[in-house]
Amino acid sequence: MLEIDNLTVEFGTKKVLDGVSLTAEKGKVLGIVGESGSGKTMTALAVMGLLSPDARVAEGSSIQLDGKELIGLPEKKLAAIRGNDIAMIFQEPMTSLNPTMRIGRQLEEALRLHGQKIPSKSWLREKVMEALKEACLPEPEKQYDRYPHELSGGMRQRVMIAMGTICRPDYLLCDEPTTALDVTTEKGILELINRIRTEHNMGIIFITHDLKLLRGFADKVAVMCKGKVVEQGSVEQIFNAPVEEYTRRLIASIPDRQHRRNVKAAGAEK
Amino acid sequence: MAEKRTKVKKNIYFRVGLGITLFFVVLMFVGLIYTPYDPNAMNSSEKFLAPCLSHPMGTDNFGRDIFSRVLKGISMTGLVAVSTVAIGGTIGTIIGALTGFYGGIVDEIVMRINDTLNGFPSILLALVIVSILGPGKYNVILALGILFIPSFARIVRSEYINYKNRDFVKSARLMGAGSLRIIFLHIFPNILPTLLVTITIGFNNAVLAEAGLSYLGIGIQPPDASLGSMLSDAQSYLFSAPWYAVMPGMTIVLFVLGFSLLSEGICSK
Repeated sequence: MLEIDNLTVEFGTKKVLDGVSLTAEKGKVLGIVGESGSGKTMTALAVMGLLSPDARVAEGSSIQLDGKELIGLPEKKLAAIRGNDIAMIFQEPMTSLNPTMRIGRQLEEALRLHGQKIPSKSWLREKVMEALKEACLPEPEKQYDRYPHELSGGMRQRVMIAMGTICRPDYLLCDEPTTALDVTTEKGILELINRIRTEHNMGIIFITHDLKLLRGFADKVAVMCKGKVVEQGSVEQIFNAPVEEYTRRLIASIPDRQHRRNVKAAGAEK
Repeated sequence: MAEKRTKVKKNIYFRVGLGITLFFVVLMFVGLIYTPYDPNAMNSSEKFLAPCLSHPMGTDNFGRDIFSRVLKGISMTGLVAVSTVAIGGTIGTIIGALTGFYGGIVDEIVMRINDTLNGFPSILLALVIVSILGPGKYNVILALGILFIPSFARIVRSEYINYKNRDFVKSARLMGAGSLRIIFLHIFPNILPTLLVTITIGFNNAVLAEAGLSYLGIGIQPPDASLGSMLSDAQSYLFSAPWYAVMPGMTIVLFVLGFSLLSEGICSK
């Protein structure tokens, strides 16, 4: 279990995260939804220990991975946890791959860095191929020797997913992984994440500003606004009986007639 | 259409620059192993000969073959330029990479020292260093090398600041890559194009600086030939033997032009 409890992050006197509490479980999808600046990404960065140096984590904040406290852990131990236990995928597939490294080389680097024993070069290549195939990258043999700029956005995001999951982490943080992609590619990426989750019993934390993506995908949804979690619950609960005004407005902003009617009805009953 | 035309034009810069530079590299090596005459052999019966078949660039006030001396001068100047850029480039890159990547108070301090060095007229600073160490080619290399550190450091630093917050660097860090590994393995290849341009400009400046110091008489010491010291010697005979000044002068111009065109060409590639 990945438990975030009362997480507060400050920049000077400004609180960007205010008492955020979330729980992610293995094999489940936790969706975090909210508008830009609501603190979704900040939460993910805090979990990965990647906050910028001028950010301060307030006292009383806690992030526990299977009972192990991550806050205040020295950089070396954190480095061992990143990638091995928790991995992260970024929003922009165009910039999250090193433009001067071949695809295969980047994935090998991920394996190398995780301190695994590497018996031989062919073993490395085999592992990388396996990961690329699992991520459903077309023609993996060909992509292996290519540079990122030769790949499309969707393909790059698949490479990123392969890179994030190559060491079989327990949790995968996805920070708006489909925002930069078109709708059909988006669907494929979501299916891929879902499949990897069930196959390896991975816990997914899926950050998005698009509430409708989470329907039929997330097990639990947390709604964030201005650095706070305003509402948390199962997907059905959030969609069908939102308590908070903010959540209702968020749902109402989805261009879907049926749902808007539901929400309106729920509001009228109150 | 217009865009295409400028592209072709830039490409011509690159080609011509590369051509001239390669030509000089060849001359450098030739000068190291072979010259038609002994560049330091004096011959009082052949003073101030105008360019002719046996002496294509004429002879100087001691009857030395100017062509041989220019060849030797090119290899000497080239040697100084290469060593200078190697010293300044290596140290500057390391300083720039570390300060740019880590930032913080050390960065501030190092960069202010850098600014101070930069703010000083460089030829004056070279004069000071050489007059402390004494003239001679190794001291010139050392002095110019130190002078070249700030420009490299500044450019490399700004590149590292630019790259250190990129997503791919974050994701390398996420995979558990250490800082040094990120600095040299993940970011460094990305700054190579910029570094390449800086290096060509560096060669350019090094050639000019060496010529300048030798012209002032504190660079390469006689009887060793250097393009700058030849110019300085030729000064007194500018009207009686103009080829004595024109030949090394033209060589410097061509040498520098080659590097300038090359860096211009790389820049726009």
